[in-house]
Amino acid sequence: MYTQALNSRDDAPAAIRPAEELEHEARFQARVDAEERIEANDWMPAAYRKTLVRQISQHAHSEIIGMLPEGNWITRAPSLRRKAALLAKVQDECGHGLYLYAAAETLGVSREELTDQLLTGKAKYSSIFNYPTMSWADIGAIGWLVDGAAIMNQIPLCRCSYGPYARAMIRVCKEESFHQRQGYEIMLTLCRGSEEQKAMAQDALNRWWWPCLMMFGPPDAASQHSDQSTKWKIKRFSNDELRQKFVDATVPQAQFLGLTLPDPELRFVPDEGGDGTTGHWHYGQIDWDEFKQVIAGNGPCNRDRLAARNKAHAEGEWVREAAMAHAAKRQARQQAA
Amino acid sequence: MATNTIRVNESPLVLYCLRRADDALVMGHRLSEWCGRGPALEEEMALANMGLDLLGQARSLYTYAAEVEAAGNDEDRYAYLRDARQYRNLLLAEQPNGDFARTILRQFFYAAFADPYWRAMMKSSDPTLAAIAAKSEKESAYHLRHTAEWVIRLGDGTEESHRRAAEAVAHLWPYTGEMFETDAAEQELIAAGVVMDPASFRAEWDRTVSEILSEATLEKPAQGWMQKGGRTGLHSEHLGHMLAEMQVLQRTHPNATW
Repeated sequence: MYTQALNSRDDAPAAIRPAEELEHEARFQARVDAEERIEANDWMPAAYRKTLVRQISQHAHSEIIGMLPEGNWITRAPSLRRKAALLAKVQDECGHGLYLYAAAETLGVSREELTDQLLTGKAKYSSIFNYPTMSWADIGAIGWLVDGAAIMNQIPLCRCSYGPYARAMIRVCKEESFHQRQGYEIMLTLCRGSEEQKAMAQDALNRWWWPCLMMFGPPDAASQHSDQSTKWKIKRFSNDELRQKFVDATVPQAQFLGLTLPDPELRFVPDEGGDGTTGHWHYGQIDWDEFKQVIAGNGPCNRDRLAARNKAHAEGEWVREAAMAHAAKRQARQQAA
Repeated sequence: MATNTIRVNESPLVLYCLRRADDALVMGHRLSEWCGRGPALEEEMALANMGLDLLGQARSLYTYAAEVEAAGNDEDRYAYLRDARQYRNLLLAEQPNGDFARTILRQFFYAAFADPYWRAMMKSSDPTLAAIAAKSEKESAYHLRHTAEWVIRLGDGTEESHRRAAEAVAHLWPYTGEMFETDAAEQELIAAGVVMDPASFRAEWDRTVSEILSEATLEKPAQGWMQKGGRTGLHSEHLGHMLAEMQVLQRTHPNATW
């Protein structure tokens, strides 16, 4: 479902680099500047490769961990239509995880390695999936807001300089837009329903709004790098630019639902033709301490999410071993025949 | 206390549709419980995929039952507002997932039945049932292929997987007889050519199961005691818990639209 700008630094080791490498690098940058796609067999700077492996695998992990909060409601979905749609959505997310692991593998890492990083807590995934789904309305809020934020972030990635990632994003974005509309429709149905249903929707919005704004990563002022990612055209917009876009797009949707956003500072600042920061919705302060805690493993569900993936992995081991043992037996029999 | 449990006028055709729909819903629900727990991502997708197919079959059959009953019920009222005593699914369908071997064997035993069943039902004199069968037949063929491959991998895999697969066969076997049971209501529909006699797929089921178990180096149990009851609403203790979870929102917010 989502990749998050976690903004850790990937500095290339300071070493004296041979002229040949500098030449490669110049040619590489020229191709990126010309909007050419970089492919798996092309030369690329080691730091570019490393940044992409990190970003794509975090994105893949987010899809896989992201199945859990929604999966939590499949068995309790309130109608057969909603149940089928949710099951299909979670299945799509698993598929997104698989495309993304495959894209990461083109950079020379293995899915097993990446999975191991996730299970041991070494690799990160989007902070949003560490929040619990407490009511059915959360499923609507996730589709509407979380997938909405994901789309804001992922649309520019469809033009990312690395071809396999960009192509994966094109497929992912198509399904993601569909999920977002589904989520919004759940919210709309609740808001047109009974008072209890509407209260359920409002409560979900109250709980998911701020965590969704955090999905865009730290504010630009505190952001450690992004310059390099921007130069490499992995990143096309800053965290704050995307966050603002998201707020501007989402506020009218909340108004249409008749819901209130949990931000007393929220107000529209009209465009007065001045400094270019106008014509947008102004929003209040994000609780960056909470963000840091969640990223550090101290969110409400971090331990549960990792435990669930570890349990699935451990309990599935005998199945994977059986499949391998059987494949080996079959091959041996074919060779003997 | 007020209740929103519905009553269903179970004419033979309504009853028949509900029985088959309940099989598919209960198994689809069980498969959906695997979400986030599968042994590999690919298999997680496959289980969800089969679950979705089954949910789709359930929805078509409930919708048709509602049309035939013509009492203002619909797919959701049948699914969410009947209690365990009103559910008509096979006991096999409601068996808990257990480990992966238990789930695969449950789905395999059913698919080995469903595949010839839906193919035969394409000849139903009832055009709606024939149409549902034509769609379901394609799905059940995939379910049979997928689960049979896993039965073979597990049976003829490691010692551990063989042991678990053998245990699953032994555990589930007494629930397989119910698939071939009929009663007076169903006999009436069979006589009219609306539905096919499940006894006529018995030989094919036996053959498929024998072949796959043998390839999997698993022993086929001798015919013995067969547990029945699901078709008349006499279930195991598992179904009540499943329905409590599945129906919670519809029960808490009567008459809401979702």
